Amino acid sequence: MKSFGRDLIDSRETGLAFFVVATFMAASVMFPSFASVSGMLDTLDDTSILMLLAVGQTLVLLTRAIDLSVAANLALTGMIAALVNQAFPDVPVIVLLLMSTAIGACLGALNGAVIWSLGVPSIVVTLGTMAIYRGLVFVVSGGAWVTSNEMTPDFQEIVRVQLLGLSLMSWLAIAAIVLGAIFLRHTVLGRRLYLVGGNPAAASSLGVSTGATQFFAFTVSGAVAGLCGYLWVARFAVAYTDVASGFELQVIAACVIGGVSVAGGVGRIAGVALGCLFLGIIKNALPLLGLSPYWQMAVSGLIITGAVILNARRDRASHGSTLVTRQA
Amino acid sequence: MATPLLRISGVTKSFGGVPALTQGELTLRAGEVTALVGENGAGKSTLVKILAGVHRPDAGTVELDGRPLRVVSPRDAVRAGISVIHQELIAFDDLSVAENLFAHEMPTQHGLVDWRSMRLRCTELLAQLDLHIDPDSRFGDISVAQRHLVQIARAVGGQARIVIMDEPTAALSHHEAQRLLATVRRLRAQGRAVLYISHKLEEVLAIADRYVVFRDGAAVADGAIAEATRESLTRAMVGRAVNQEFPRTPATIGAEVLLVEGLARRGEFSGVGFSVRAGEILGVYGLVGAGRSEIMRTLFGAKSASEGRVVVCGRPLRASGPYDALRAGVAFVPEDRQNEGALLTRSIADNIALPSLARLARLGLCSPEREKQLAEKWVERLQIKCTDSTQHVENLSGGNQQKVVIARALETAPRLLILDEPTKGIDVGSKAAVYRLIDELAQRGLAIVMVSSELPEILGMSDRILVMRRGRLSGSFERRDASAEAVLHAALDA
Repeated sequence: MKSFGRDLIDSRETGLAFFVVATFMAASVMFPSFASVSGMLDTLDDTSILMLLAVGQTLVLLTRAIDLSVAANLALTGMIAALVNQAFPDVPVIVLLLMSTAIGACLGALNGAVIWSLGVPSIVVTLGTMAIYRGLVFVVSGGAWVTSNEMTPDFQEIVRVQLLGLSLMSWLAIAAIVLGAIFLRHTVLGRRLYLVGGNPAAASSLGVSTGATQFFAFTVSGAVAGLCGYLWVARFAVAYTDVASGFELQVIAACVIGGVSVAGGVGRIAGVALGCLFLGIIKNALPLLGLSPYWQMAVSGLIITGAVILNARRDRASHGSTLVTRQA
Repeated sequence: MATPLLRISGVTKSFGGVPALTQGELTLRAGEVTALVGENGAGKSTLVKILAGVHRPDAGTVELDGRPLRVVSPRDAVRAGISVIHQELIAFDDLSVAENLFAHEMPTQHGLVDWRSMRLRCTELLAQLDLHIDPDSRFGDISVAQRHLVQIARAVGGQARIVIMDEPTAALSHHEAQRLLATVRRLRAQGRAVLYISHKLEEVLAIADRYVVFRDGAAVADGAIAEATRESLTRAMVGRAVNQEFPRTPATIGAEVLLVEGLARRGEFSGVGFSVRAGEILGVYGLVGAGRSEIMRTLFGAKSASEGRVVVCGRPLRASGPYDALRAGVAFVPEDRQNEGALLTRSIADNIALPSLARLARLGLCSPEREKQLAEKWVERLQIKCTDSTQHVENLSGGNQQKVVIARALETAPRLLILDEPTKGIDVGSKAAVYRLIDELAQRGLAIVMVSSELPEILGMSDRILVMRRGRLSGSFERRDASAEAVLHAALDA
């Protein structure tokens, strides 16, 4: 438990936590409804998918890779789940949930396998699969939408199930964060992600394979994206080609704000959770200002950029030298 | 006699057509320390990398316990019980010291990482090397010498039957090196086989049971250390008897090139003032951690000074980065050749031309042809041993890599050349070549600052000697007044 306490008081996450609380307070002062219990629960519920995806993305980023295909993966699995539900209304929802996760895992594993076997940079591979998966949504659906009246009530209701006052989605997000934190801090495989991302050459000389470790991270990221595909479609009760378009960038932004380095090897789930909450608060507060959606996009982009710059500056301050040492 | 633990015979390896190993022969026995000596480029590191699974041999056999051993990846080496301390740091700057120590085999309990026992064992293992630091410190925040000690602790802490140490004391102070030698003796007592590679023959004579000498990629001599002397080993290494001599020709001392006044950097050094004139070699001596490298980095603009004034050729230098220092005529050859000096994965020509690309460019476009001509000029002038100027620097020996880095510094036409440990990890023959080069540069009127941990080198090459202790100047000697005792005394804590 000592290490857990140490994690809690670590300066980086604490600083970020203050920032998140301050943002929350500012929003609450302007819009009292924000601070109500139901308002907070709504924000958590709205942020759940972002959190789930961010946990998966964190595993990938830690290994010095990036997964740009998560939103396309989500759209494809979501569409498949919706089509299966439409064609076979009798298939139980739990089967659809598992199926979505499995399909997502396969799509993620495909990314990982290509990167592992061909040694191609992940940004190139996932940029390619992003387009492929997105294109496949159109192929499997023929470009048609699946709307709420074509889905069974069970299919849509499950995400709204309440347990002890929290939605199923919120519970899933909390579970992902807790499991992710334990995995990264307390399992050998979790620590290997840091080794591979921190110094791939050193990891390999200690007998840890970069390719295999990245393959694992991509598979998990894909599985999470698949699960989120079902959740997204069920929650918004619609499946179409452009679902979650561009959402991968928000996921990556949440990770970076949370202190995960895109250069790999640095970052913790606690920070990522805070990064997601920060984006969630911004996203839920901006519409209340009465700005047009386009202005909202611009303002949230500005805030995200600012947060990332702050983070980067703090990193540089803690290392001091202007002569950056190259990793082997 | 019992079957040797490890036997290597007839191993060969070439890089891009240049043979690095032509006849690798080596036998290691349990409970014995075998020293491997040879000049840089003799094939020692290549052999180590083959045993570590980094390189694959072109031919030859490796036998463990009399059975053929296939080592085609680092993982195979780890499994075979071979643990290697590489010359360079192989570590994770952003992780804790404890985690770096156990990265290869984390202690677990119920399938989860056991952080508590990891910290405890870390403290214990480091204490054996007389290193007392918080196991939770970030690895990148501890000193270079401490990092090397952690790396050593990692290799000897496990259950490896064979421990290979490639220049383990290169970055260590005298005291730390003594602790390491004690550790090697303990490994021997535990019945492990140790392969000890070092340029420091005193260490080899003190610690080894047997020796093997490599020259030009082949094993040329071996035997019991009791029958060897410093002279016999040196003779075998170079194929002839050499007595280390320093080719120092008195040069005409010219105008003042560098003036430093009251230079300070918080927590590292303070009150540093000195000057260097054209044609003069200023040697800077001190123990590891005395602040020598930090001052040089500050002069070069790689670190910012908190106080003080630097004047180069009469003009105040306000370097906010190395770019400013280069423009003012200051060139720097850093200590850490592998990470900061050379671009290992680029060609010799790329390395040498790098800071001079703009000058070599035609109509704003880079000119590979002129870059190549330039590189070939330096290859010839400094006698860099390579296939041609397109060869990657990582495939050169340490001494030749250093020549490339020096050539690059010289190509910027500096007025002041700062050399930080210019002969670190370089063999005797190449050292002499580097010394001749330094002397020639001084004669041509270059002002030179040379940081070194090797006392003979400092005494042999410098016109004047500055000594540092704990971030302050603790002595200054003219060449004729300097003695080894006086300089060492000034460097050690009183």
